[in-house]
Formats: sequence, C-alpha cells, structure tokens
Amino acid sequence: MSTITPDTKLDIGHNDDPSSNYLTCSSGFLSWAFTLDHKRIGVMYLVGIFTSFFLGGLFALLLRIHLLMPNGLFPETWVNMNTYNQLFTLHGAVMTFLFIIPSVPAALGNFVLPLMVGAKDVAFPRMNLASFHLWVIGAIFFLIALFTTGLDTGWTFYTPYSIETQTNVIAATIGAFILGFSSIFTGLNFIVTVNTMRPPGMSWFKMPLFMWAIYATAIIQILATPVLGITLLLLMAERLLGIGVFDPSMGGDPVLYQHFFWFYSHPAVYIMILPAMGIMSELMSVYSRKPIFGYTFIAYSSIAIALLGFLVWGHHMFVSGQSPMAAVIFSGLTFSVSIPSAIKVFNWLATMYKGNINLATPMCYALSFIFLFAIGGLTGLFLGALATDIHLHDTYFVVAHFHYVMMGGTVIAFVGGLYHWWPKMFGVMYNEAWGRFFCLVVFIGFNLTFFPQFIMGSRGMPRRYATYDPEYQIFHQLSTLGAIVLGLGMVGAVAVLVWSLFNGRKAPANPWGAATLEWTCTSPPPFYNFEHAPHVGSPYDYSQLKYDPQVGGYVKDPNAKPASDHH
Amino acid sequence: MQSILADTMFFPPERSSVAGSVDGLFDFIYYLSAIFFVGIVFAMVYFVLRYYQRPGHKEEPSPSHHEVLEITWSVIPSLLVGVIFFYGFTGYLNMREAPENAYEINVRASKWNWLFVYPNGAESDELHIPVDRPVKFLLQSGDVLHSFYIPAFRIKMDCVPGRYTSTWVIATDTTEAPDPNDENAKDGHLPMNLFCAEYCGEKHSAMRAKVFVHEPGEFDVWVEKAANILEGRSPAEAGEILFKRKGCAQCHSIEGDMSAKYAGPPLNGQWGTERKVTARGTTETVTMDENYVRESIRQPNAKIVEGRKPGMTVFTPQLLKDDEITAIIAYLKSLK
Repeated sequence: MSTITPDTKLDIGHNDDPSSNYLTCSSGFLSWAFTLDHKRIGVMYLVGIFTSFFLGGLFALLLRIHLLMPNGLFPETWVNMNTYNQLFTLHGAVMTFLFIIPSVPAALGNFVLPLMVGAKDVAFPRMNLASFHLWVIGAIFFLIALFTTGLDTGWTFYTPYSIETQTNVIAATIGAFILGFSSIFTGLNFIVTVNTMRPPGMSWFKMPLFMWAIYATAIIQILATPVLGITLLLLMAERLLGIGVFDPSMGGDPVLYQHFFWFYSHPAVYIMILPAMGIMSELMSVYSRKPIFGYTFIAYSSIAIALLGFLVWGHHMFVSGQSPMAAVIFSGLTFSVSIPSAIKVFNWLATMYKGNINLATPMCYALSFIFLFAIGGLTGLFLGALATDIHLHDTYFVVAHFHYVMMGGTVIAFVGGLYHWWPKMFGVMYNEAWGRFFCLVVFIGFNLTFFPQFIMGSRGMPRRYATYDPEYQIFHQLSTLGAIVLGLGMVGAVAVLVWSLFNGRKAPANPWGAATLEWTCTSPPPFYNFEHAPHVGSPYDYSQLKYDPQVGGYVKDPNAKPASDHH
Repeated sequence: MQSILADTMFFPPERSSVAGSVDGLFDFIYYLSAIFFVGIVFAMVYFVLRYYQRPGHKEEPSPSHHEVLEITWSVIPSLLVGVIFFYGFTGYLNMREAPENAYEINVRASKWNWLFVYPNGAESDELHIPVDRPVKFLLQSGDVLHSFYIPAFRIKMDCVPGRYTSTWVIATDTTEAPDPNDENAKDGHLPMNLFCAEYCGEKHSAMRAKVFVHEPGEFDVWVEKAANILEGRSPAEAGEILFKRKGCAQCHSIEGDMSAKYAGPPLNGQWGTERKVTARGTTETVTMDENYVRESIRQPNAKIVEGRKPGMTVFTPQLLKDDEITAIIAYLKSLK
C-alpha cells in the first residue's frame, strides 16, 4: 500500500497546520521543558527512556563481550572483577528504574491514554509534568552514582553488602526513591483519568484493553511503590546512622530487607509486563481486523494479575532461609498468577482466527512477543516449582527467564506499540520493509543471546560471575554473539523511526484502521487533541472502516451498517 | 520420577540421591512446556499462513468470545500447574529435612572463600564428604550473604550472617583426584564444583571450591589427618596451608602482585621492611614484624597500608588460633 502516493489535495487526516500541530504550535526549550501537554511530556519521556535504554544496553554489551573468555576478554586494567560488578549493577539499575518501569506507561501511556478517552489531557497535567521532572532528577542521581564511585551492589541492593560497600549506594537509592515518586504520580494520574474522564458511552467494558492494562498497572504503582520508598529510606538510614534494622552485626535481619524489597519488586515486574500486554491486545485485534477474542477474560485477567502479583514475592527467596512452610505457600500462589497470563496468550491467538492479518511491522513485533513471551512464561514454571528452583535459583536460567519476559515481552511490545502509534505521534510513515527487517534481526539476536543462557543455567552457571569455569564458555560465546546482533537490531529499529521523521511520507489519520478514539484526530494531533468530542463506538468494531488507497489509510465507510455489539 | 534428559546438554551429571527426582520434575515440566509451546507457535503460524492479508481475502465473522472454550483453557492449565506444584513441594520437603543420623559439617562462608569444619575439628578449604551417607551442612556467614551451591547435587542454600541455615545430601558417586602422572588411575569422576551463588562483592566469581567424595574408609583416614595441620609439619609448611585455607591468598599476592586484582598488599619479601600505614586518620611508618602481623590479623582495620581500603575479615581466636598465627608468621618469613 505504500506504493500509492496520496493525492495531496485530498484530506487524509494529516495535520498540515503548524500552528495547530502539538509539535510545532510553540517552540523553544521552555515550551517543552514546562509544557503541560500530555503529548509533549510523552515525547520527552520517550527520548529520555531511549537514552537510558541505550546506556543500559551499552553496559550489557560490554559485560557480554567481557564474558567471551572464562577469565575475561579485556585486560585487567580495563575491566576487572570490580568493573564487571559495576557493569551488571548499572545495567540492571538503569534498565529497571530508568527504562522499563516508565517505558510503556509514561511514554506511550501518556501520549495515548487521554486521546483514547477523547479528552484534552490527563486529569492532573501539572502532576504529570512533575512526574517527568522527577524522572530527570532521579536520572541525575543515577549519573552521580555512576560518575563518582559507580555502584556494585546489584540492582537489588541486598543487605548487608549494600551497607558496607564503598560505592555510592546513597546516590543510587535517592535516585530510585525519587523515580518511585515519578512512577506514583503517573499511576495516580492515570487512575483518576480513567475513573473520571471517560466520555459518555464509554462504560468500563467498552474501554480499550490498553486502558484496562494501564489502569491495573497504575493500581500496582500507587500501592507497591511506597513500600520501595520506605525500604530505600531504611537502607539509607542503616548506612548513614547504623540503625540496626538490616545489619546482622547490630541484631538486624538481612532477610527482612529481601522481604521488603520483593514486596515492591515482584509487583513491579507486573508494572513492567501489564502495559505491554495491553499493547498486545490492541495490536492483535487491529492487525487481524477482528474484534479481540474474550474481551472480558482479558480485562479481568489484568486485574487478577495486579492483585495476585502482590502475594507471590516470597518466590524470590526460596533459598534465603525462609521457612519451608512459607516457601510452599509462595510456590502455590505463584502458580495461580501464571493462569491469567496463559489466558491472555490463548485469547490473542484466537483473535487471529478467520481474520485478515496485516503483517505490518507492529504485527511482526506482536507475533514475536507471543513466541518469546510463551518461552518466558513457560520457563517460569521451572522456577515456581520448589524442587527445581533450588537448583536453578541464582543461575543464568533465571537471567534468561527474566529477559525472555521483560525484554522478549515488554521491550518487544513497547517497540511494536511505538511503531503502531508512531504515525499518530509524529505524523509520518516509516519504511515498512526496513521496519520488518530489523524486527527479524532483533528476534534472531534475542534468541541467540538468551536461549543459551537457559542451558548454561540448568548446567549450573551462577549469575553475576565475572569469571567462570571453561565448561560454560561455548554458551557464553553464543550469547555474546547474539547480544551484538540484538544491539544492532535495536539500533536499526530506532534508526528506521528516526529516519522517517525526516523522510517519511505524511501519515493519514488512521493508517491501520483501528477503531479506538486516538485515530479519529489528525496525525499528529492538534494541541487541543479533538475539535469535537469524538463519537464513542466499540473499540474493536472494524466493520465501519474501509481502506482507501487514495488516503493511504482507513476512512469511515459511508455505506456501513452499524455493527451489532459483541460484548 | 527419573529423568530422561539427565545425560543431555541440559544438566551437569547427577551425583546425589535427590538429583534424579529434581531432574525428573524438570523433564516433566520441560515436555509439558514443549507441548504447549509447539501448540501456541503452530496455531500462530497456521493462522498467519491461512489468514494473512492478500487480494481477495477478507476477514469472516466468528464469535468474539466463547465461554466454554475459555473456561476450558483456564481450567486445564490450572490442573496441570497444580500437578507441578505438588511434585515441586514434595521433592522440596525431602531436600530440606535432613535425617537424624546425618554426618554434620559446618560450612563457614566469608569473602571470598569457603571453610569446612568437620566434627573432629579438622578444617579444609575444599569440601570432602563420604559417599552413600547423609551429610548435613550447617551454613554460616562471617560477613555478607553467600549461597552454598553444588550443581551436581542440585542443592543450594543461602548462608546468612547472624543465623544458621542448613541443607543436606547423600552423594552417590565417589570422586578421584586426577593424577596426571598415573596412567592406570582408577576410573573415577572428577571433583565437582561448589559455587557461591549469591552475589557477595568483588571476588564473588572466585568464591568456588571443589567437592571430593570418598569411600567411607578413605574418608575417615582423610579427616583424621586433616584434623592436625600443625603436627608433623614445619611451622612454615603449616602456615602455607593455613594461608590458603583461611582465605589470605584471595587478597594477598605472594608473587609481588601490586595490582587491583588483589585487595590487600603483597606479602612476599616484606618481612622486616617498612611501610606507610594509616592508623586512626594519621599516617605512620611501621615495620613488618611479629606483632604487626598479629595485630593485622586480629584487628585488620587498626592500620591500613596506604593506598588500600579497609575490608579484611577480623580473625578472632575462634577463627584463627594463636599457634596458627605463629605458623603463618613462619610462612611469611620464608617468602622471598
């Protein structure tokens, strides 16, 4: 369809008026830094998040290259054990706190959510801006930690090592503490927006599933993040004042720290994956041209995951010395949370049945997600079962499982979502062929990086090792090779998008034929989003949209009958 | 459950009584997952090939939900994970409860070495255990968190400062120390790896040891001999053993290596020489003599050599006896 050049006289829904376009309606640094516009805040988050992603990725590549040789590839003076420990810590901390937690909600959610409810902005635009400013301040504290002494505790800050290390734990924990508030502000904003600003006609069960996912995520953000804040304050007090809560030499309990930490950080993995699942529900339906299968089950499963996610933190601690009884209970609860995720996968698959599957780049990412997330989810079963977890705990098996879910899941869905909403965000179409090509490169690189890690993990290779037994070398070498391919793929995927900003053809209002409200305003949206409040229909009813080759996108079919409502 | 995958690329060899059942459960989950994964990918690929967008192809109506189908694919996985949970926890309880007659070994983890203490007082930095007999490991940590992990036994447990944790095992096969000079050496397995699995600071990945499994008779002889290092050896020889066993060698080079690879200063050729140290904020010059070495072991933070950071383990008399310090001093004197 990209071969057709749209008639420039035709109104394709592209925003050609620079004074109305949100990107160009005002200019200058301050017009961005202090904007209250959710779309600009979303774009700034996007830039910040990708900067963090490439920084974290650089750390990952360095440490993977180091692991090519059992005693490290780089000379001691460049990367020794100490620098290696810093690399994996900073990789984890940057990717977790600066990238993946804010990724989908703060960047895409901020941009899309108000548009999806046909509103002008989120409920509290100033709080939204404050959330971004806090993110920047948090990031500065991470940079302070990075450029002073580094950080070598692992992203988990486990006590008592985090109390006695000479590195700058205080700066990093202040950073994570501030980033926690940033996350709470975003979550609170989204809850209020969804509760109060839905337009007439959009009942709870007529919301797009992305909204359900963002809503469930926001609940976790505001309930769990304060616990992280308290834990990090206690850790700072322990380091600075020696209050003896976590330090065993003063009667404290280091395992208590782990309980506190995972009480936040396990729900936090659902902060990471739920919005990605929301994107998946949108993509699978739009690109299959079919209503999403089992809307109600998917919506409820998001809420079920959010609630059950609070009850399973102890599965990070099966070998920590917690009682066998606690371990058994946490193992049982852990299996209960696997079911809602499985339901979603089956529903996405069923959505494709009898569809008309458009293999555009976002759909390629969505299919890639199903493949990778299936592996990530199923390998979780080995870790939820107690007897096998004892062997696999703290090995590369866990590293591989985590990356299959978080990177193969969240990051892939995030990039897919970004390709999906890119024409709306910036009013340009990217090159479809290159978009698909780099999706394939990422897919191959990803599997090559992380699949060998399952095998070396079940063979007993512990994680966070700067040097290792030579028997594991072949797996490390494959993994490093994969990491290089993956890195190139990611750079390519982003380059395709950046290239389109300068050379892409104009995007129509609705290039993919989606039925959610954000596609009813122009691409890119005007500063005020909608001239008239949009008409709310079913978010997954495509019967009234028809592809118009002259527009290069979908338009309302004047002859369509109003569809019967499936749910 | 016995494992089919046991001797494949997925696992280290099985060398304990529980390894078979752990691998058996792993197999069960593996094949179950494989079935689901193949099903998911098959459905995905089939739908894409059948329904991809092309001229003349249109979407067709189909139900947007189907309760019986959805309940089925919720309930069946629930039952299957219930089975996995059951085998996981019964297997786990077996791994946690040591039999009462188990031979007990104290495991002391500290940055970054292992010390194994046997009932007769013998100590070693490599683990030696008898075959076919329950052995209980009582785990302690002298500083930060560590984790006691022997892949071939499929056991792992954290060592937590300020409390005891434990795990146990019955080793099923003996190991032979490989002797490169003896072509007729008996068939035996190589010593197994013991790893620290919980990140514990700079040399976490160097915190490894070997596990030797002996015939019961051989083990008794070994443990008797190991109990007395000072006897029958010159003080310098005993000091050398202690220097390695107590973990000194992890941070102090005996080859003059000043690099950051070693956290502490090198110790060879230093006897009687002067060095600059920081003591309570002031810089002093001290000579390396018997009392300086003794102080540096008993109160390592009292005087820090310039350019180094505090962080050495404090060796109380429980960790290192006076006689043993004397032996280490003799060893340090001998180092050129």
